[in-house]
Amino acid sequence: MKLQLRFFASLREGLGLSEELVSVPASVGTTAELRTWLMQRGEVWAQLLSPERSLRCAVNQHIAAENIALSDGDEVAFFPPVTGG
Amino acid sequence: MTVRIQTADFDLSTEIAALRSGDLEVGAIVSFVGTVRDMNDGSQVNSMELEHYAGMTEKALAAIIVDAKSRWTIHQALVIHRIGKMLPGDQIVLVAITGQHRGEAFAACEFIMDYLKTAAPFWKKEATPTGEHWVDARSTDDEAMERWQKR
Repeated sequence: MKLQLRFFASLREGLGLSEELVSVPASVGTTAELRTWLMQRGEVWAQLLSPERSLRCAVNQHIAAENIALSDGDEVAFFPPVTGG
Repeated sequence: MTVRIQTADFDLSTEIAALRSGDLEVGAIVSFVGTVRDMNDGSQVNSMELEHYAGMTEKALAAIIVDAKSRWTIHQALVIHRIGKMLPGDQIVLVAITGQHRGEAFAACEFIMDYLKTAAPFWKKEATPTGEHWVDARSTDDEAMERWQKR
């Protein structure tokens, strides 16, 4: 399954990455599994995507309030709580 | 219903004139303008940079307006949010509502602003005398949004 990843704000800066096209293994089927898989990429990833960090996730530009299933071609974004207005 | 994300400033009078143009049923116009403060959490703010998630931002704001229209009878709703670099005193955001009566227009304007604060993907980065930092989300904004869910 291929996914388009997007990162914003402090997470984007910390990872040094704003977007990336990834092929994930069959074991990654949900947003929570994706986050766990990404955490295995190294120390910075493990730290910034750690469950203690209050991150939001959006799938295809809609907030995913809970763990949801992913499909091939989905755009998945991770970002800190929003601070607009 | 209009949503605009732009780097340029906006003029309240011009926007209101366009929003109410030709609609003589309108008896109430409510607007909110948010501006950049020169102090935040006890620290001086020299400038601010606003980042957003292009595409999702427009969808999120449109959904908030649709929600507002399902709760109150209003005529037009306009949201303008600026992105990029801004200085203290600059206008950041405008929410404007037209309707027949003030009660519904006030409520819709406040609701849209409260939801924007917690659901629209914008992030502020402040430049202060001690360096740059990302602004933390406020729990008071979540509380302001949650009170609408109880109604």
